[in-house]
Amino acid sequence: MTNTLHRFGDAETFRDDFIVFAIASKGKNDQDSLPKLRRFLELAIPFKPVNLGDARHGGALRPSKDMHPTSHWNRETKPDFDAVLQGLDHPTTCAAVFDNKVAAEDFVKRVKEEDLGLSVNISTSIDGAEQCCFHAGIPRHSVGYSLGFEGKTEKLPNSQVLMLSTMCGHGMVSNSLAKKMIDWVKEGRRTPEEAASYLTRFCSCGVFNPSRAKRILEDARTKTT
Amino acid sequence: MKINPNKCVACGNCTYVCPMGAIYIDPVIKRATINRDECVECYACFNGLSQEHLNPTMVRTMRKAFQMMRLRFDPEPDVCPTAAFEPDELSWPRVVRRAFSDPRVPHESTGVEGRGTEEVKTNDVSGRVKVGEVGFTIEFGRPGVGVRFHEIQKMCWALAKAGVSFEKKNPITSLMTDVPTGTLREDILNEKLMSAIVEIKVPVERTEEIVRLVWEVEKQVDTVVAMGVGTRCDEEGEDHVVAPILERLGYKLERAKTNIGLGRVNVVATPEQIRQEVPAA
Repeated sequence: MTNTLHRFGDAETFRDDFIVFAIASKGKNDQDSLPKLRRFLELAIPFKPVNLGDARHGGALRPSKDMHPTSHWNRETKPDFDAVLQGLDHPTTCAAVFDNKVAAEDFVKRVKEEDLGLSVNISTSIDGAEQCCFHAGIPRHSVGYSLGFEGKTEKLPNSQVLMLSTMCGHGMVSNSLAKKMIDWVKEGRRTPEEAASYLTRFCSCGVFNPSRAKRILEDARTKTT
Repeated sequence: MKINPNKCVACGNCTYVCPMGAIYIDPVIKRATINRDECVECYACFNGLSQEHLNPTMVRTMRKAFQMMRLRFDPEPDVCPTAAFEPDELSWPRVVRRAFSDPRVPHESTGVEGRGTEEVKTNDVSGRVKVGEVGFTIEFGRPGVGVRFHEIQKMCWALAKAGVSFEKKNPITSLMTDVPTGTLREDILNEKLMSAIVEIKVPVERTEEIVRLVWEVEKQVDTVVAMGVGTRCDEEGEDHVVAPILERLGYKLERAKTNIGLGRVNVVATPEQIRQEVPAA
């Protein structure tokens, strides 16, 4: 899931960003993997994830295809984990996102105990993932390092916009919308929580971290970098 | 993707949500319009915007009235008030745009969503990158810049010339007409994508050489490049081999995806599944 690998920021900015995802390998262990993937998602809920999702249907906060005009005044900004569990109908990547290390560590330990037989990955700072493994008593099997962005980097926006938009590595959260949300928070037109929820709905696999987004938007309110 | 001009009310919400910046309000027809050459068919507009089904005439009238009074609208920014987006029937070669840009569509060649590759995230089961090997994911266009295949072609040619193995279970490899030379299909070269990953594997001794080669080629491509380097850890879960090489090359390693090795094979592999890489010349 390279869509979680290249999040912009230094290790410190990932202190509230832990993605744990499960995936079956085509032709190796994907047969009958659906109930295991669902179980993986169920196991995450007691550890209070900030997002949960699968790669086909999206996360715990989704756009509506039939929005009522009055919902402009009472939009739901709370994640709907049941919708994710009910919607999972095909083996695909399933992810749980946590905004604190303790929850991520405890969840990884619980997943190990459950022994689902699926590949499980942690995407966060290198140290953060090592600590999760240590807590669960698991040696790392493989590691995929992000070397960051290179080439024509002059085409990229500022760091706060990048920190927001790269939380959907599939690129569904546009740089323009991230910039607009920063501006709206600065203008006082929306709260950081509301702005984060708009961005979250565009993520198509549920790995966007609304809690980190809220913090970035709060920081950007007083100082845009 | 297209926008139905009979429904569009030119609210402008969609102009911000397009990752490629390809949607604009046409000043002549006063409707949102898609620059088809820049559109990558990612469906972020269609899938990401919530939809209302308001009467377009009513909405336009209200907007005009507010505009005359210089009142600012403050609608929700992630809503298309009249559900004006309508997916197109895509044909070859344009359909590859969607295959590489809409993460919900699995790649035909690999059956995997997103950019279509499992890379080291299933390494505990697939054994894709073994001890003493390094897997590279060289991604183009990310984040939010986009790329055309003719830019990716430059990297494929350079890597093939260096004699590397392209990962067979990768959508870019499946679009090569000549894998040993890294040549992509001619008819797709001008198609634009959100992003795509070229995936290779080399012995660990070649890590520095490949990084330097990527540095050289990325000077010639008109987009951003994101490199990922995957390796197998030792029995203690440590990597004392690849990380030092990358750090010596000047990289400050901050983030990684860590496969914690809980996967198990439960299907006997066929010979075809075992043969995972295509050796280049």
